Amino acid sequence: MLTGHRSLIALAAALGLSAGTPAEAAADGARIAQAGNGAGAAPCAACHGTRGEGHAAAGFPRLAALPADYIVAQLQAMAAGTRASPVMMPIAKALTSGERQAVAAYYATLSPPAPVATSAAAPPPVAGKALAEIGRWSRQLPACDQCHGPGGVGVGTAFPPLAAQPASYLRSQLQAWKDGRRAGGPLDLMSGIARKLDPADIQAVADYYEARPARAANGGMP
Amino acid sequence: MNRPIAMLLATAGMAMAADALRVADAAPAAARPAPVYTPPPRDAIPDGPFGDVVRRGEAIFLHTRREAGAYVGNELSCQNCHLDAGRLANAAPLWGAYPMYPAFRAKNNHVVTFQERLQGCFVFSMNGRAPPLGSPVLVALESYAYWMSSGVPVGTEVAGRGYPKLSAPARPPDYDRGEVVYGKRCALCHGADGQGRYASNGRLAFPPLWGPQSFKWGAGMANVDLAAGFVKANMPLGLGGSLSDQDAWDVAMFIDSHERPQDPRFLGDVERTAREYHDTPWSNYGKVVNGKKLGLGVRNAESHGGGQRER
Ligand code: HEC
Ligand code: HEC
Ligand code: HEC
Ligand code: HEC
Repeated sequence: MLTGHRSLIALAAALGLSAGTPAEAAADGARIAQAGNGAGAAPCAACHGTRGEGHAAAGFPRLAALPADYIVAQLQAMAAGTRASPVMMPIAKALTSGERQAVAAYYATLSPPAPVATSAAAPPPVAGKALAEIGRWSRQLPACDQCHGPGGVGVGTAFPPLAAQPASYLRSQLQAWKDGRRAGGPLDLMSGIARKLDPADIQAVADYYEARPARAANGGMP
Repeated sequence: MNRPIAMLLATAGMAMAADALRVADAAPAAARPAPVYTPPPRDAIPDGPFGDVVRRGEAIFLHTRREAGAYVGNELSCQNCHLDAGRLANAAPLWGAYPMYPAFRAKNNHVVTFQERLQGCFVFSMNGRAPPLGSPVLVALESYAYWMSSGVPVGTEVAGRGYPKLSAPARPPDYDRGEVVYGKRCALCHGADGQGRYASNGRLAFPPLWGPQSFKWGAGMANVDLAAGFVKANMPLGLGGSLSDQDAWDVAMFIDSHERPQDPRFLGDVERTAREYHDTPWSNYGKVVNGKKLGLGVRNAESHGGGQRER
């Protein structure tokens, strides 16, 4: 049954049609997320959490509320190997392009997780605040917030949120750019930026964004 | 002043002590580079009543609409065109400007004080109105600029002032070529429609470049030569200096060939206003570009323009 549906979606994708209404696509996406696609893609939820909240200890990113187009682009890059991930590559490859759209549509509609609570004993991580909000222009380094939005909440489909993303994951991605394991994305912006960060910067800025709320308090108001 | 040398020195000079100022020696007078300056770090703003006003000036500079809304008619902030809170060389830094006023200014046709110069950016760039001379808003901005310029002798033209002057383009700046550059290098952030983009919490992330929420006709940035210099040095964000000079000229021509709010000096008809105030090859006001007459203005809507927002 799943397989029949899959080939239908694949057919629709091949014909350049979208995989049904967004609601239908999200329903298919929910199935893939919780149960896999039965053709080699493991259930996403096993690693990314049942509500797409991610898994901080393991360094698995949250997928909840990421822009659908961004998720699709990353799945394509991981399948093609321009974003090197031994874990995700076989999974991304096992998804048809229709399934990528469907699972992306599903995660885009989920509510983002609450930020990691910082205990009263541990003060909130402020060392990364200057880089996040001001940048380091003496090295032509803009503030992260200038592209990722105030508080790192994300802008449009090209600039993913950093807020409420596990610090371990954020660190791994900045390191991947420094090591050339992840393509730079639009205009190759991120590889240049990551190269200007030293290990202490990476630690500080990752800790800072992990503790930021995914939705700012003034949601919806300019 | 020799711009390339001055720019090189500006980069090399980053490590200098906060308020140090150095004149490169042994250069023949004609090619002598202007002095290099690094403003004091932000956390050096003093405590006490003066420091409080300096900090207020910084806040206005960063969040102009929020902090000085009565004088602002668009979505921009001073920092959008004067990067890094007005500190960045070649992005018209405040420390390049402050020591050079009072000065004769052709646009005003008299000697303007620093506060009058600030009023100009409110009226034209911010599509707003001039805060009165001596008002708390101007005093705060002036204090911020004064504090930042504390190591520059009065009347000294420092390297990195204003935007770099590009040499004349090899081919006349061209709208169509500019549109191609825009699509490849700018639309990602400023939007295919030039109306900017908003973050998923509704706040402006990338400023609009034309239309009702942008700067007015007559603003500095509406002149192709100034826009080309700004873009060459500072855009795309974080990749300043990456465009060829020709691409910078072409894309500046493209941006400045779109409709925007009417010139505040409007004389009732476009031709007269063009003759009186736009008698320069670098303003497209009153000209016909792409079969469209420019200078009609767009109304400054109360709400956002068509900027691309998340839901
Ligand atoms: C075995 C664990 C595992 C499973 C199962 C898994 N993922 Fe992942 N996923 C990862 C890891 C690890 C990363 C980080 C990859 C890297 O380091 O580049 C990741 C990254 C991603 C990203 C990139 C997120 C971003 O912010 O850039 C997307 C999208 C993604 N996974 C989607 C999926 C989907 C869809 C599924 C189910 C079809 C899935 N993953 C199943 C472990 C897993
Ligand atoms: C000039 C714009 C720009 C600036 C400034 C910027 N970024 Fe990014 N960033 C991007 C873009 C574009 C992407 C998406 C890359 C892709 O599509 O692969 C991205 C992606 C990321 C990611 C990956 C997120 C994920 O879900 O996988 C991390 C981590 C990141 N940026 C961290 C930072 C940090 C930290 C800073 C500040 C030091 C910063 N960025 C500044 C443009 C920018
Ligand atoms: C749309 C872009 C834009 C905005 C927004 C803007 N300005 Fe400007 N500003 C310019 C341009 C262009 C110049 C002229 C630069 C040159 O001549 O090289 C300028 C010049 C100045 C100067 C004089 C610089 C000098 O070296 O003489 C000061 C001071 C100034 N602006 C302050 C402000 C303040 C304060 C604000 C906010 C209230 C502001 N500007 C907003 C574009 C802008
Ligand atoms: C990565 C995102 C990004 C890209 C790409 C980009 N810009 Fe910008 N641009 C910005 C941001 C952010 C600002 C405001 C800077 C600030 O506040 O520090 C800005 C400011 C400007 C301004 C002055 C502010 C205004 O509203 O007039 C102009 C003009 C401009 N950009 C033109 C361009 C041109 C031309 C290109 C392409 C060559 C370009 N930009 C590419 C992000 C971008």
